[in-house]
Amino acid sequence: MSLQDTKPLIGRVQEVGGLVTLSDYEAGGGYTAAQKGLKQMTPSEIIDLVREANLRGRGGAGFPTGVKWGFAKGEPQTPGYKYLVCNGDEMEPGTFKDRYLIEFNPHSLIEGMILGAYAIGAEKAYVFLRGEYHEPNRQLARAIAEAREKNYLGRSIFGSDFNLDLRIHLSGGRYICGEETALLNALEGKRGQPRYKPPFPPASGAWGRPTIVNNVETLCNVPAIIQNGAQWYQDLGLTEDAGTKIYGISGRVNKPGLWELPMGTPIRELVDDHAGGMRDGYKLRGILPGGASTDYLVEEHFDLPMDYKTIQDAGSRMGTGTMILMDDSICPVDMARNLQHFFAQESCGFCTPCREGLPWVEELLADIENGNGKDGDLELLDQNALYIGAPGNTFCLHATGAIEPLQSALKYFRDDFEHHIKHKSCPYRKS
Amino acid sequence: MATIHIDGKTYEAKAGENLLEAILSQHLDLPYFCWHPSMGSIGACRQCAIITYSDENDTRGRIGMACMTSVTDGMRVSVEAPLAKDFRSTVIEWLMENHPHDCPVCEEGGECHLQDMTVMTGHSMRRYTGTKRTWENQNLGPFIGHEMNRCITCYRCVRFYDEYAGGTDLAAFGSRGRMYFGRFEDGTLESEFAGNLVEVCPTGVFTDKPFAQSYTRKWDLQSAPSICVGCAVGCNVFPAERYGDLKRITNRYHGELNGYFLCDRGRFGSHFVNHEKRIKHAGVRTRSGDYEFGDVSNAIKVAGATLRDGAIGIGSPRASFENNFALRELVGAENFCTGIIEAELEVIKTALDVISRQGIVVPSLKQVEDADAILILGEDIANTAARTALSVRQAVRTKSFEMATDAHIPTWQDAGVRGHAKSEKSALFIATPATTRLDDIATQVTSGSVSELVAFGSSICTKIRSSTASSDDFAGRVASTLRTAKAPLIITGSSLQSIELVQVAANICFALQEHDQPSSFLFVPAEVNSVGVSLLEGGLSLSTALQRMEEGKAAVVLENDLYFRAPAESVDSALGPGNFVVLDTLENRTAEHASVVFPAATYAEQTGTFVNYETRAQRFYQVFNPQDEIAPAWLWLSQLAETLGTGATWESYASVLDQCAEHTYSQLREIAPSSDYRIGTTSRIPRQSHRYSGRTAMNAQVNIHEPKAKVDTDTPFSYSMEGQNPGDQNGATIPYVWSPGWNSNQSVFKFQQEVAGKLAGGDPGLRLIESNGAQLQYFDVETPELSRRDGSFEVIPLHLVFGSDEMSNQSWPIRARVPAPFVLLSQQDATNLGVKSGMGLKVEGITESLEVQVDSRLPSGVIGLPQGLAEIPQREIDRVHLSVDQEFVVRTNVNPEVIAKG
Repeated sequence: MSLQDTKPLIGRVQEVGGLVTLSDYEAGGGYTAAQKGLKQMTPSEIIDLVREANLRGRGGAGFPTGVKWGFAKGEPQTPGYKYLVCNGDEMEPGTFKDRYLIEFNPHSLIEGMILGAYAIGAEKAYVFLRGEYHEPNRQLARAIAEAREKNYLGRSIFGSDFNLDLRIHLSGGRYICGEETALLNALEGKRGQPRYKPPFPPASGAWGRPTIVNNVETLCNVPAIIQNGAQWYQDLGLTEDAGTKIYGISGRVNKPGLWELPMGTPIRELVDDHAGGMRDGYKLRGILPGGASTDYLVEEHFDLPMDYKTIQDAGSRMGTGTMILMDDSICPVDMARNLQHFFAQESCGFCTPCREGLPWVEELLADIENGNGKDGDLELLDQNALYIGAPGNTFCLHATGAIEPLQSALKYFRDDFEHHIKHKSCPYRKS
Repeated sequence: MATIHIDGKTYEAKAGENLLEAILSQHLDLPYFCWHPSMGSIGACRQCAIITYSDENDTRGRIGMACMTSVTDGMRVSVEAPLAKDFRSTVIEWLMENHPHDCPVCEEGGECHLQDMTVMTGHSMRRYTGTKRTWENQNLGPFIGHEMNRCITCYRCVRFYDEYAGGTDLAAFGSRGRMYFGRFEDGTLESEFAGNLVEVCPTGVFTDKPFAQSYTRKWDLQSAPSICVGCAVGCNVFPAERYGDLKRITNRYHGELNGYFLCDRGRFGSHFVNHEKRIKHAGVRTRSGDYEFGDVSNAIKVAGATLRDGAIGIGSPRASFENNFALRELVGAENFCTGIIEAELEVIKTALDVISRQGIVVPSLKQVEDADAILILGEDIANTAARTALSVRQAVRTKSFEMATDAHIPTWQDAGVRGHAKSEKSALFIATPATTRLDDIATQVTSGSVSELVAFGSSICTKIRSSTASSDDFAGRVASTLRTAKAPLIITGSSLQSIELVQVAANICFALQEHDQPSSFLFVPAEVNSVGVSLLEGGLSLSTALQRMEEGKAAVVLENDLYFRAPAESVDSALGPGNFVVLDTLENRTAEHASVVFPAATYAEQTGTFVNYETRAQRFYQVFNPQDEIAPAWLWLSQLAETLGTGATWESYASVLDQCAEHTYSQLREIAPSSDYRIGTTSRIPRQSHRYSGRTAMNAQVNIHEPKAKVDTDTPFSYSMEGQNPGDQNGATIPYVWSPGWNSNQSVFKFQQEVAGKLAGGDPGLRLIESNGAQLQYFDVETPELSRRDGSFEVIPLHLVFGSDEMSNQSWPIRARVPAPFVLLSQQDATNLGVKSGMGLKVEGITESLEVQVDSRLPSGVIGLPQGLAEIPQREIDRVHLSVDQEFVVRTNVNPEVIAKG
């Protein structure tokens, strides 16, 4: 029984106690899944297996990976015509899981991409990597060079007729480039602005060709699924969602960090057992379950399991599964202002509600926080939140995500907002 | 067709078009910014929000953007739902956070789409209390003003300039709420279509800089439907006047020709109308050589004496059909010359012969945009007929629309169509002497001397005709592409003055016909009425006419500076005796020698007809009453006829048109309604807007009483704000576009049958030549002698969009863009001569040394000389020798006049 049996993503990292080198990776059974896939399975069989395993996208949206791959399957089979792109532009505040995977287990990503590219018929693949990820970039570049050396990448991989050219593209550094179509524009050397869908990338993506964009963590799951089968993967999850998930916690806990745990691990278990509970003197008030662009969960939700459906039913989103905790020393208004500052700054500037609405929201929040709030400001915030946040009112979902923490803060912490306006000051400020 | 339900009412719409187009096509109001009828939808501004309902039981619906919603049969939407209205008003409130409150000093005020949309949504109170973002503006050159603070980030400017027009020096910079639209540094916008930014921008960021120099609000401008005089395309324009000055040109929509866009020669090339060199009085030359002005009857008397013993008439391709006709009537057809040099006239006549052949289609610009394989043979259309090049630029997208349709992407979804097609384009082959500004979108280009281009064209023709066309070489590739295309198009023109080029282009069309292919033939003549004057039979060639003048024969020269058309030596000789009368608008070297000059009206000051490249005759109307003694040339010619007692005389435009139509083309009567045309039964069409405020104020320092408006007996228009401009009148009689709530040019949709379709009252103009049924017949093209390489250089005339047109060269904004004289040299010849771009060359026969410009495509042994620059006179130049000028200092194009104007 190896750690990898229950922790397909970072079990090997824990076994070797740090960076999984090529030899470490191979010693742990690395690249046998790719070999099996390329030599014993057809692309369709791989797609079916991934679909059966119920692997869902770990970038935040949770779209079934096998289904997505299926969209690109029927397209022209000219070699090299399609693209596989790994979204490693991890810029969601509070999220650092992909960084960990690339930095410590880069070959698992490469192996996942070999399988993914083979499944969809792509011979060119890119890792679109966050520009500030210097160490992951170094490790991944070295791993790619090693894989080329061993002919895990390149021409006729494992003696098959499958070729794969894998390259890293370092992002220029915008949050919006994590949105898959903005990512593709940036990859093509254009402004990082999202594209209208349809056409969706599987139909017309990078350079107008069928393109599949998958998150790092998603792809890292693939080798183990090929190796161990769909049922094994499904059984890893505690609830109806399959597999494991890298959960992370930042905030005033005793042991912030990240852990690979079965999908559906309850929130309270994550906070109390894995993160060591709240630090002395701090009480947990709310959490953003999947990064900054998800709705707050509060006390009443803390016993819920962290899986896609449960968290959605609770009014939020699983997102990246890496939580930001707000304790009782943090001013919800100031936190909302801080978040809106981030989102306003990261707006691509394409559509009006996001470009012009978010800075106004930030300004209103700053006024309230600084004791300059006025009667009517909350109603203005409500109106802006309604019109900016409703999906379809803006061009992409950036503003929708931006508004999620705001609208839930206005719902759960409204007293705090009203108190600021009424007393023209922030009660959390010490002085 | 699809039936759609908008706010409970049922309408017919085209399935698959977007909902915004469908709504506007019903002439309903819905605010928008980023969508443009020619550029499609991108969904950036979120202004055209409507409510869509899933079915008849859905009472809540959801907000959607009309411009990004495909029309489907039975769909239910609401424009008026409170949620939609409130959202639209909120969008304006967002845009207004940073928009300055500078309407009173903004050039766009009064015709601002943002103002209109703000009022339309009902937004009035700003609740945003923060600071407004501010920017530094750029100097974008002589044409375009820049005021970035007013920007609402609709992206129309870069979409037009970069994506639609192929410009490369305007971009969107920055991100989030800090988007900046400009150049990477101050400097003149390079594209010859930059002027369209003025109309594309929904607010006052990009404005007409020359217009701003002597600014007038839109509602105080007097205008009439007119035709651009910049080239032979015949774009429809609105010249606008106040205080007797032509203030500006804006686009007048024509569904088949210019659509929504003009080129900058057209937009900024008309300030010659206000030129200080305007001839305003009839003058007789005295012994001292000066002109004596002020006695019209004496001028007519002296002119009569000059012409008494019979005279020849030299017409002009820039004079109206009627004025040329009037001259021909005065002197008789046998003594009439078109004023076009023979080499060019023969080319035009050959092209007109081709056009009349069976099965030959002369495409409108709208049809050009549908071509899927284009061969440009010889003509640098981006310089000689720039608007045509803009259409060719759209034609190469034909393939991208096919690809989009296959991928189920609606063709109006602009970013999707472009993104999906990437660099895939329909075929465009360019064979010209040198680099053109369409090379960037060409499938393949080739260069050559004129004879080489003719040989290339012949080779294509041969390969189309041979049943075993292979695409192993360029000509073969062109041949097989044209043969298999759905809509092949051959473009050529007169600028190289090669009859063989036109013949070989026609032969390619004929060869395509033999293969049952459609064959479109677009011939680009040089000037606004080159075709019109060529259709007037004249007995004299220009060189014969000049010869006669040299021999002392009296002549009438109509709107024609002969130095612009014929070799200087022969013009010098012809004008020597000084025995001729000139009717023209500006003083020029020809007029300097005349015994009598008469002040002729420009196109803006008279009514007449021009015939474009399609042979489309189009009416242009007098915009304003000319000053002083300026009058239409036909009126002067009529008075001369009266004095001489020969020829015809006319009292009114209607009478000259009537006789002209009777003697030439009866269609001339039908291209626009007669002067008794009325809206309803009594209303004239006003040249002035209903808010026109100046009639009492304009001359208040002289007389506070309102002057009586001039009564117009020639046209259906009034010189006042009285009357109606309903939008559905005859398409040739729209003096300006305005509709309640739509003060900007965006109101044009209210004048159209459907968005971007025909004008409600029909697109103006009628073609004078349709196929006469004559069978196709191959021209026996004389294979021209290939260039000798004996140390001399073959000279090819280069045409410049700014610099090669007689009248626009006199327009001060254009003059700022006319380059210093240069000689175009091939890379190899430059190496051989040891020169580089910026160095100087002496060209045999030209006094001043010219700056070298090295062209990567020009073949060696050939040089290009720009036409129309004063320093490079018209000459019969065949081959010349070159020598290096080591002393040469580059001239900078600094025009003192322009500096004075700011």
